[in-house]
Amino acid sequence: MNAARPDPDALLRAATRAGQGRLKVFLGAAPGVGKTYEMLGDAAAQRLTGVDVVVGVVETHGRADTEAQLQGFEVIPRAVVPHRGQSLAEMDIDAILHRRPALVLVDELAHTNAPGSRHDKRWQDVEELLTAGIDVWTTLNIQHVESLNDLVASFTRVRVRETVPDRVLDNAEIEVVDLPPDELIARLKAGKVYVPQEAARALGHFFSKSNLSALRELALRRAAQTVDAQMLEDLRASATVGAWAVGERLLVAVGANPAAPEVVRAGKRLADALRAPWTAVHVETARERNAASAAQLADAMHLAVQLGGQVLSLSGSSVVEGLADAVADTRATMLVVGKPQPRRWPWQQRLHIQPLARRLPGLSLHVVQTVAPAPGGKCALPKVPAMPTGLVPGLAATALVTIVGRAIAVAGNNITNVALLYLLPVLLVATRYGLLTGVVTGLVATLAYNFYFIPPTGTFTIADPQNFITVGVLLLVAVVASQLTARLRAQALLAARNARQSAALAGFARRLNGISEPDELARALCGEAARLLDARTVLLLPGVEGLAVRTGEPADCHLELLDHAAARWSFDNGQPAGRGSSTLTASEWLFTPLAASNRALGVFGVARPDATLPVRPDQLPLLGSLVDQSALALQRIQLESEAAGIRTLEERDRLRAALLSSVSHDLRTPLTAVLGFLRALTPLDEEQREILGLARAEGERLQRFVSNLLDMVRVEAGAIALAIEPVDLAEAVASAVQDLRGAIADRAVQIDIAADLPLVMVDPRLFHHCLINLIENAVRHGGMNGPIIIAAIIAAGRRNRELELTVLDSGPGLPAGMESLVFETFTRLEGSDRKGGTGLGLAIVRGFCTAMGLEVVASNRPDATGACFTIRFPESHLRTVSEDA
Amino acid sequence: MTIPIKALVVDDEAAIRRLLRGSLGHAGYHVVEAENARAALAALAIDKPDVVLLDLGLPDRDGLELVPLIKATDAALLVVSARDSTEEKVAALDLGADDYVTKPFDTHEVHARIRAALRARRRSEGTETIVSFAQVRVDLGARRVTRDGEEVHLTPKEYGFLAELCRHPGRVVSHAQLLRAVWGAGHESDVEYLRVAARGVRRKLEDVDVENSAIRNEPGVGYRLMA
Repeated sequence: MNAARPDPDALLRAATRAGQGRLKVFLGAAPGVGKTYEMLGDAAAQRLTGVDVVVGVVETHGRADTEAQLQGFEVIPRAVVPHRGQSLAEMDIDAILHRRPALVLVDELAHTNAPGSRHDKRWQDVEELLTAGIDVWTTLNIQHVESLNDLVASFTRVRVRETVPDRVLDNAEIEVVDLPPDELIARLKAGKVYVPQEAARALGHFFSKSNLSALRELALRRAAQTVDAQMLEDLRASATVGAWAVGERLLVAVGANPAAPEVVRAGKRLADALRAPWTAVHVETARERNAASAAQLADAMHLAVQLGGQVLSLSGSSVVEGLADAVADTRATMLVVGKPQPRRWPWQQRLHIQPLARRLPGLSLHVVQTVAPAPGGKCALPKVPAMPTGLVPGLAATALVTIVGRAIAVAGNNITNVALLYLLPVLLVATRYGLLTGVVTGLVATLAYNFYFIPPTGTFTIADPQNFITVGVLLLVAVVASQLTARLRAQALLAARNARQSAALAGFARRLNGISEPDELARALCGEAARLLDARTVLLLPGVEGLAVRTGEPADCHLELLDHAAARWSFDNGQPAGRGSSTLTASEWLFTPLAASNRALGVFGVARPDATLPVRPDQLPLLGSLVDQSALALQRIQLESEAAGIRTLEERDRLRAALLSSVSHDLRTPLTAVLGFLRALTPLDEEQREILGLARAEGERLQRFVSNLLDMVRVEAGAIALAIEPVDLAEAVASAVQDLRGAIADRAVQIDIAADLPLVMVDPRLFHHCLINLIENAVRHGGMNGPIIIAAIIAAGRRNRELELTVLDSGPGLPAGMESLVFETFTRLEGSDRKGGTGLGLAIVRGFCTAMGLEVVASNRPDATGACFTIRFPESHLRTVSEDA
Repeated sequence: MTIPIKALVVDDEAAIRRLLRGSLGHAGYHVVEAENARAALAALAIDKPDVVLLDLGLPDRDGLELVPLIKATDAALLVVSARDSTEEKVAALDLGADDYVTKPFDTHEVHARIRAALRARRRSEGTETIVSFAQVRVDLGARRVTRDGEEVHLTPKEYGFLAELCRHPGRVVSHAQLLRAVWGAGHESDVEYLRVAARGVRRKLEDVDVENSAIRNEPGVGYRLMA
C-alpha cells in the first residue's frame, strides 16, 4: 500500500537541509595520509572554475608541499583569543560570515577551540557556517568519529578526546583519502608526517601496520555506511524502488517454533555488529498450524519489534519461495536462519538449508545454532475435536458407488473399472473434509471393493494375487489423493481467510478515511472489531476526568475496577494489558493501546462473553491492524481539529494584536503632548500646583499602562524576538531604578549585588521591562515599613549552580495559595485595586522571563513579612568573565 | 549669546511641534518646524539649523533615511520617536544620530540631550581634550586619568573604553561603536568585553553604587558618560 509513497519524515529532513550549505569531509585513516593536501588540490580546481573559495583555517604544519598548495587562496586571518597570558589563534567565524564566500575550507574538524571562543568545538563553528548557507570542506581522521572512538582506542591504545558526533557526518559528502599502510609508514619515517613532540612515543605504537590497516578499513566502511544511509534517505524521500543494496541488510527468518526468539536475538546481534538494518520475516505456508506455535510466532515477532527490527509476514507456497520473495522485497544481502530442528514426526515440515542456498545463490546465509526449550505446556486452548467430519457423506458416497458398481459388474463383469469408480468418493470427500476423512473413506472403499467385487465376493479374502495389487493401488491412490486435495483445500482456506481479512481491513480503512469525529471512529472500530473477532469490544479515550469509556459493542458494556486498572496501565505504558497479555491477566479484557507517533491516544479492549482468551493468537495480527489503523485515523482527526482550532485562534490573536498595537501607538503621541504641556504650565497658587501635580501623576500612570499594554500584546502574540547578550545585573538593576526614579520618589531602595557576579545572558530590553515591573510592583504593594531590597546571590540549584535575583518588599505579602496566581493577566490581590496598576505588570514579567528561558516565582519572605519575587538564571544563562580581558 | 541657536523640529504631529516650539523657545532657541520629510530637507537647506529634532514616523519617508542627509550638514541630530525597539535606536545611532529620545519624553531630558549634542559638536572641532566628572579628570591628550588629583592606572582596554565615552560626554555611545574603537573591527558583538571594562573603570574610579555611577548603562544600546 505504501510502496510508492514518500516517507514524510525523509521529505521533512530534506526540506530542512534546503538552503543550508553542503558539507564535504575528507576522511582519512590516520594523520599523514594527505587529507589537507587533497582538499586544497580539489579546492584549487573549484577556484579555477570560478567558485568563490576562501580558506577559513588550514594547518600546514610547515609542510612545504602543502604550503605551496595554499598559494593563490584568499586566507581569512585568524582571530586572536587571549587565554592565560597566551594568545591563541582561532578561526574567525564572524569574519567568514561577513565575507560570505561560496565555499570555505576548514581544516581539522575535530579541533577544540580556545576557551572563550564562541563555540567549544570547531564542528560547531562549521555547523553555523552551514546554517548560514556557506558550503564547507573539512578534514577528519577516523578515530575522531564519536561512535568509533571506543573501537579505535581498543586496538590502538590511543584515545582521543576530540570527537565529532556522527550526525555531523550523516548529511555530509565523504571522500576517503586513502593511502596504503606501507606508504604511510614510509612517509612517517621520512619525517613527512606532523606529529607533536609529546605524542610521538604514543604514536609509535599507533602507526603500526596492523593498526593502520584496521583504521583504513574503518574509514572505508564508515564512508560506505554514510553513503548507504543517504541513499536510503533519498530512496525514502523519492520512493524509488529498485535493487540498491550497498551495505549489509539482514533478513531474519522466523518460524513458528520455540527456537524463534533465539534466532531473532542472534539476528539482532549480527545486525548490530554489521551496523545493518534488519527485518524479521515469517513465511506463512499452507501447513496447518496449532495455537501453541501461533503464540510462539507472535512472541518472536513482538520481540523483533522490541529489538528495533522491522517485521514482515507473507504467505508463499513454501518457506524457500517465501523467503526468496522477502529477500527481493527488502533488498537483503544476508539471511539468518535457525538450525533446522530434528523432526519429531515424519510429516513435519522443516526448513532445508541446501534448497535455500540453491534458490538464493547471491545471498549470504547465516545459520544460527539454537538450543530449543522443551515444547509444550504453553497454551491451554480448547482442542480442536479430533473426530473427522464428513464421514457420513463419505460413507454414503461409497455405498452409492458400491450399488452402481454392482450394477456394472452384473452387466459387464469388469471389476477393474469399478476400482476407478471408488476413487471418486475418496477425492470428493478429501477435497471437502480434509485428509483424515479422505483416508478413512479410502479405507472403507478398499474394503467395500474387496468385499463386493473381488472374488470370492462376500468375503474379505483375496484369491487372485493380482487383486492384491488392485487393492493396494486403490488404497495408495486414496491416501495420496486425499493428501493432495487436503493441501489444496488448506491453501484455498488460507487464501480465502487472508482475502477476507484484507477486504475487511481495506473496507475499514476506507470507512476511517471519511470519519472526522472521534465518536464516529470509536463506533466504527468497536463495531468492526466485534464483528471480525466475534467478541465484545470497548474503546477508552482520555478526557477531562482521565481515561473513560467512549463507546462499546454492545453499547451497555460495563468495566470493573480491575479492568479500568488494566486499561490505565496499557495507556500509560503503551503495551497490551489484561487477559492474554503478561500484565493484569485477571481482567477478562485484553486492552491494546492506540498509539501513533509514540504516544498513546486511547485504549481498545476486547473480551469474550465466555471469558476465554479474548483473541485467538492467529487473530492478533488482525487486531493489531485494526488498532493501528484506528490510531492513525484518530491522530489525523485530532491534528485536523487542532489545526482548525489554531487557525481560528491565530486569526483572533492577529486581529487583537493589530488593534492593540495600533491603539497603544496612537495613544503615545497625544500623551507626550499632554504631559509636555502640563509640565510647561506654571501654577498661580497652591491649589493649582496640587491639581497640576495630580494631573501629571495620572498622565504618567496612563503612560505606563500604555507601555505595559504594548508589552502584553507582544507576550500574548508569542512573537518575542530575542536579542540575547551578556548583561551585568548591577547595571541592569541600576538602569531600572533610574528609569523609575519618579515612581520610587522617596522610598528607600537597597541594592545588594556583588561586583564580581557572572554576567547573565538575556535580552536587555525585555529584562529591563521585567525589572521595572517587579520594582514598580514592590513600590505599589510593598508597604512603607522597610526598604525595597534587590539582591543577587549564587545558589546551588537543583542540578547546577544558578544565579537568583530577588526583589523583596515589606508589605502584607501574598495570601496563601495565591503565589502563582499573581502572574495571571489582570489578577490583582485583595484590596489592591485602589492603588491603581493594570494587573499586567507581573504577567509581563512571567511572559518575558519564559521567553528568555528564565524562571520567576513569587513567595513570601521567610525572614519578615513581605513578598519575595525571584528570577532564577540557570547555569546555561551565566557567563563568567575575568577582568584580564 | 547674541545669535540664538537654530533648532529644526521635524514631526507630523502639530501638538508635538507646538510643545517643542514652546519649551525650546522659552530656552532661547530659534525654532523652525517641518511636518514632513520634504519640508525638512527644504528647511535644512534654507535655514541651516544647528540642531535637528527628528521624528522617524513621517508621512512621506521613513525618518531613518533622513539621518545620513542631516549628518551631511553641520547640524547636531536628535531622534525623537515613538519607536522604542533596540534595533531602531541602534540603527539611528549607527547611521550618525547624536542621540535618541523615545516618546513620551520629558522636555527637560530633551533639552539636556540637545546641550550635550551641541557640546560634542564643538568639541569635535578639536578644542577640548580634558573631560571631568565627579572627582575624575581625564586628559585625552596625555592619556592620563586622575582621581582626586592622584593618577589611576587603567588597563589599555579600560582606558580606551573611558576615553571613547569622554569623547562624547552626555551622549549615548553604542556597543558596536565602543567595541570597534577599542577592540577593533570584528569584535562588534563581544558585549561582555564592555561589561568587564565598565566594572573595572567603576571599581577604580568611583566609590558609589552602580545606580549613581557616571557611566550609565542604556540597556541593549550602549553607555553614556554623565559629565
